[in-house]
Amino acid sequence: MANDKKSIFSPVTAFKNLVKKPETVRYPAESNDAAKRYRGFHINDLEECIGCSTCQEVCVNDAISMVEMLDVPAEEGQRNERPQIDYGRCCWCGLCVDVCTTGSLEMSRDYSYIDLDPDTFIVTPDQHDINKVDHPLGYLRDENSDLLDLKRIDIEMLDPEARVDSFIEIVEGFSKEQAEKEASRCVECEICTDTCPANMNIPQYIRGIFDEELEESVQQIYEDNPLPEVCGRVCTHKCEGVCAISHRGEAVSIRWLKRYAVDNVDSADYKKILGTEKIEQNNKKIAVVGAGPAGLSAAHYLSVMGYQITVYEDKENAGGMMRYGIPEYRLPYDALDKDINYIKSLGVDFVFNTRVGEDITLDELHEQYDAVFAATGLHNGRSTRVPGTDNNNVYQAVNLLADIARGKEVPVTKNLVVIGGGNVAMDIARSMARLQMEKYGEVNITVTSLETEDIMPADQEEIEEAREEGIVFKPGRGPKEIEVNEDGSLAQLCTNCCVSVFDEEMNFNPTFDDSDIENYECDMVIEAIGQGGDNSYIDDQFEIEYAGPRIKINDFSQTSVDWLFAGGDIARGPDVINAIRTGHDAAVGIDKYLNDEL
Amino acid sequence: MDKSTQTEIFFGPNHPGVPGNYGIIYEFEGDTVTSAKANAGHLHRGFEKLMEERLWIKNTALVPRICVEEPDINEMVYAMGFEAIGEIEVPRRADYIRSIILELARIQGHIFSIGGNAAGIGQYTVMHWGTLTRDYILDIFEEITGARVYHIYIRPGGVRQDIEDETFDKILDLMDELENERFPDLEKTLFENPNAQKRWQGKAVITKEEAVEMGATGPVLRANGVPHDLRKMMPYAAYDDVEFEVPTYENGDAWDRIKIARDDMLQSIKIIRQLIQNIPDGPVQTDLGNGLKYKIPKGDAYVKIESKRGEYGYYMVSDGGLKPYRVHVRGASTPLGLYGVREFLPGTRIADVPVWAKSLGICPPEFDR
Repeated sequence: MANDKKSIFSPVTAFKNLVKKPETVRYPAESNDAAKRYRGFHINDLEECIGCSTCQEVCVNDAISMVEMLDVPAEEGQRNERPQIDYGRCCWCGLCVDVCTTGSLEMSRDYSYIDLDPDTFIVTPDQHDINKVDHPLGYLRDENSDLLDLKRIDIEMLDPEARVDSFIEIVEGFSKEQAEKEASRCVECEICTDTCPANMNIPQYIRGIFDEELEESVQQIYEDNPLPEVCGRVCTHKCEGVCAISHRGEAVSIRWLKRYAVDNVDSADYKKILGTEKIEQNNKKIAVVGAGPAGLSAAHYLSVMGYQITVYEDKENAGGMMRYGIPEYRLPYDALDKDINYIKSLGVDFVFNTRVGEDITLDELHEQYDAVFAATGLHNGRSTRVPGTDNNNVYQAVNLLADIARGKEVPVTKNLVVIGGGNVAMDIARSMARLQMEKYGEVNITVTSLETEDIMPADQEEIEEAREEGIVFKPGRGPKEIEVNEDGSLAQLCTNCCVSVFDEEMNFNPTFDDSDIENYECDMVIEAIGQGGDNSYIDDQFEIEYAGPRIKINDFSQTSVDWLFAGGDIARGPDVINAIRTGHDAAVGIDKYLNDEL
Repeated sequence: MDKSTQTEIFFGPNHPGVPGNYGIIYEFEGDTVTSAKANAGHLHRGFEKLMEERLWIKNTALVPRICVEEPDINEMVYAMGFEAIGEIEVPRRADYIRSIILELARIQGHIFSIGGNAAGIGQYTVMHWGTLTRDYILDIFEEITGARVYHIYIRPGGVRQDIEDETFDKILDLMDELENERFPDLEKTLFENPNAQKRWQGKAVITKEEAVEMGATGPVLRANGVPHDLRKMMPYAAYDDVEFEVPTYENGDAWDRIKIARDDMLQSIKIIRQLIQNIPDGPVQTDLGNGLKYKIPKGDAYVKIESKRGEYGYYMVSDGGLKPYRVHVRGASTPLGLYGVREFLPGTRIADVPVWAKSLGICPPEFDR
């Protein structure tokens, strides 16, 4: 203690402060601006925000609630809800900014708000914060503070060289680690569920994968989709297009995750997992016409409700376009059969090689069954009807694809042109590429379409993969004529430039520029410009209402004839998942109809 | 005992002589304390239970609130526990930044509590100065983290954002100012003040044996000549890369504890200068994926760091889920705040009660958790 310096005069030095300038800032007369990163009041770009509620999810104090706002857009992939912040609870941690999927939520440098009314502390921030005046931006998320996982796990795929000479499945699927990592990227906002035509419980089944509970995933999937092996491979995955993560990063690979879940659960366990070991029968009989995705979906959901189902199919096997339209390299038959065999195992009867309208009439079905679900699809290829299409070397894509599926010999020439820009055109072009490779060791296929590449209806990844396999694209070309040699063989396809595909009202009404002509040499032309259906089995007997080219149905897939329900492509297109939805709707509708609730 | 001379006083929770929202029930005989009992429970925040209900990332915003005076230590031990169970590597630059933050926090905590101690003996000028000096450090924190007190900056896997070079310059300027202007003022006004010395010297003595028995660490132990400092003994963050001394004194009284706070600040300045000079380039955060889905394997860890008041630790248990299964906070002042007052205060005169209570460095939320 003796070594501690002390002096009664030392403290007197404090008096020097009397002549110093005060250090206190006299706010608000003197401004005291917050630092650049200051976490002040929130601001939110209401146009950019999609109402995904991830901010609410991460809020440690439950300060954020989502409130409906009718004056903000609620387009596909958005909800008209926006975050409301209770500043009585908020702790300005900024985790909401770090996790914001669109980047719309930010913070200003404003830190002071005074009001006597406590209710005014609950605000829905817009471009202005609580004080409704402009303030400089404060805390901003950067790559370190970002709480989202923006990069998707690449899925293993066969190289173009390895895949182009065989029909082996291209996509190899996720490993367990990959699937769990990919599943961890989901923020469970359910924007995807809103957009999925079947409103599948997507975040829930992804969560099952993340939690290593695949049985839970399978249960969640089968709530809305009895063809998950199919959809896990070929679904048009609208969900991924709206995935909240896709606003700042890459969408979660929802489709491949679904595939992972069902690929890794043994179908022998399905009945136990899904609780369908014993189904109580209600002794009512339903006929399903067409064993495509809609028919199978209806058959599945009706049979788990206890109905006795008979499916009539004019082909020799079930699956419809899934079997006879989609090539094996995208959807292997084993995977398709896994889904179909489970539905069969529920006690659904299939009557193959029986065409309703020829072998049995719809009226007879009506007499024998309590209700009928018709989903016969679109199986007749349309022709461009340009001169030369009547030549023997001009084929329809759907017919060729069906023959390939049946294992039949199909004509393969050295120099092919495919007309069409949709997924069917991709399927036939890529299937023929494999056959060409097998036969000639090289690929020589040109795909022409009216649409330019940016508006081609085919999936972008299909186009890219086709290109990798050596297929040449000539988009924005209109077929004018197929020139035929004197000996009957094809010479070339003449095309003109397609200036526009749709008119101002967005109706299909292409216009062409004849001064821009290109000719493509070919010895075989395949048309893949769309398909039509044959509903004569209905039309011959009943007067049924149509909505445009498709049969008119209500929310329960019921047609204007009360016992007749319709789904799939004849009622609503254009893909498997929409067909599954109409089948599911029909199952619910038929149940209501037979219980006098509809 | 003559009941007419006996008084029971509820001291706190809102009283300048009590550190934070907590009370001490005293019984006095005349002006001498005959019994003292800690009265916790005024905070009711239930941090430990709340943590079990919140995602790993959400807790980063909750933990700093366990100690207002020194919030960053909570962020640090929470992140360390997560990283220990999850076996997660932290980038070296993040280690340096964490150490800089922790040392800045140590200085602002010490200067704040020196002010508090001074207020306890009526030296309010020093309390105002302490608050002001602390504010200049809070300005730095605001610039680095976006917040003044609860920074929510140290995160599992690293730190939330990088520090810009100009901020480092500002830190160095402030360190110079502290060392050359503010600390000398403090020295003159407080440490050379005979009144202050008299009030603190020989008061509130806790011996080495008592400290060890009680589980008290930090300045309490160091005031008895034990150079106990986890930064040296089991270096974490970037402390193995810096040179510094552990100040110790021999008397174990309030005066020595306050001098340790002063000396500690000078060491912190030395550490900060070294860290800023040698900070490596590189990332500041390990990519841990989606913040809503942080998941670490089953396991447990006890992690501890040297807070300004001694050993500060979390015992954390993960059941492999998205939330901690259990987090137990080992607050540095828990032993003294709850049991030390009961043990040591009887026999003290009423005027010395604030000297005792303040110099123990009690932070009530550490045991009111």
